[in-house]
Amino acid sequence: MAKKTPLYDQHIACGGKLVDFAGWNMPLNYGSQLDEHHAVRSAAGMFDVSHMTVVDLTGDKVKPFLQYLLANDVDKLKLSGKALYSGMLREDGGVIDDLIVYYIHDTFYRMVVNAGTRDKDMAWLEKQAAAFAVDVNERHDLAMVAVQGPSAREMAHAVLSAAQADAASQLQPFFGVESEGLFIARTGYTGEDGYEMMVPADQAAQLWGALVQQGVRPCGLGARDSLRLEAGMNLYGSDMDETTSPLESGMGWTIAWEPSTRHFIGRKALEAQRRQSGGSKLVGLVLLDKGVLRAHQTVVWNGDPMGETTSGGFSPTLGRSIALARVATEVSDECQVDVRGKMLLCQVVKPPFVRNGKACIKID
Amino acid sequence: MSNIPDTLLYTSSHEWVEVLSDGTARIGITDHAQELLGDMVYVEVPEVGDEVKSGEECAVVESVKAASDVYSPISGVVVAVNETLAENPGLVNGDPYSDGWIMRIKIADQGELEELFDAESYQDVIDEEDH
Repeated sequence: MAKKTPLYDQHIACGGKLVDFAGWNMPLNYGSQLDEHHAVRSAAGMFDVSHMTVVDLTGDKVKPFLQYLLANDVDKLKLSGKALYSGMLREDGGVIDDLIVYYIHDTFYRMVVNAGTRDKDMAWLEKQAAAFAVDVNERHDLAMVAVQGPSAREMAHAVLSAAQADAASQLQPFFGVESEGLFIARTGYTGEDGYEMMVPADQAAQLWGALVQQGVRPCGLGARDSLRLEAGMNLYGSDMDETTSPLESGMGWTIAWEPSTRHFIGRKALEAQRRQSGGSKLVGLVLLDKGVLRAHQTVVWNGDPMGETTSGGFSPTLGRSIALARVATEVSDECQVDVRGKMLLCQVVKPPFVRNGKACIKID
Repeated sequence: MSNIPDTLLYTSSHEWVEVLSDGTARIGITDHAQELLGDMVYVEVPEVGDEVKSGEECAVVESVKAASDVYSPISGVVVAVNETLAENPGLVNGDPYSDGWIMRIKIADQGELEELFDAESYQDVIDEEDH
């Protein structure tokens, strides 16, 4: 039986169409994925992301532990609450998961990892943490609600206590703060401003209800996927996994090469890969012809198969189809994609496609 | 509950047929089908003059979720297609039996109509799927 988040009853009450996602009963949409998508780009929408895994890491050696565990360097986090996006890699450079880690203080970091990778992530964390005597504590007691969109912060402030609203309103992007039992972070997965709020499970329904009252639109996994795709954000398991390295996954920017003395898991493999020529890269595609790109379609460039799409779909903001694709490094300008037997013309672009409600690509 | 008008005929692959008095038939996908597929983002219609055969692919409906083939319920020649779907594929969701029609064909064999379901039998098809 699929698990229920603390917001299950709210999804039913809001008319959610529930599906099994990574073993969780989650809303795919509440009627119209397109309307939900547009609500986030134009006003505010919210997502139950309680299925994601929150892990608290504590101990005297938690910082050196994370500097060894992650390809990005937590030494960049100097101010309490600052967040960092990173890959967690195998020795061979394959991506075990992508995650966000928050620096709370020198002996306490908080990490959020994917739902679908929970079991292997926890096993890996426990295994690597032992040598550093770091405590790994999964926070089953927390639910998480993401409120996203140009009006999201203002509408969220209206349902928070005065102290919480004050703390939240002072947050810079990619920072989080604990306030009166709520952990509020100015982060998200949509390319819009907003918050991800971690709330004690028994208070989640109340928070959700208050946000509904404010006019924040409940949004399902469908809109979450089309929003993140427009924002050019990777989806673990689709755009990268253990068989692909960050260098082939548009995640080169998340690898902290300096200082060169920092040894992190996967470093040797990435350095070797970086020295090699050839290989592949993750690019954005915009469909110039009519139709819809989907995952696992063949990309053809100058007449030869050169890779495949890893995610694809319709971009409601652009009104045309977009995709992420892993292709040979030389692929540029225009390519074709085999869409159900038809060779359709695409423009190769650098993601993101959309940020803060606006298109960020030019179609030739 | 999905809407199943009494005046139409249906297939087990969730297309509907409206038999018109001039020997042609309008064809689309059912309310149940559009609900399963979710918001439509692209509909590939056939070309006028195309010959379609009963049970064979004649169009593609693409929703936010996936692409699905539409199978022609009966054989015939396409005499009209719904051009407005190019600009507004959402008509298939909002009005599947009227403004969301896909094509109109000249019926080749009236006998094929007898193979189709009436509203009551089509309801049984849906009920069985749900169980």
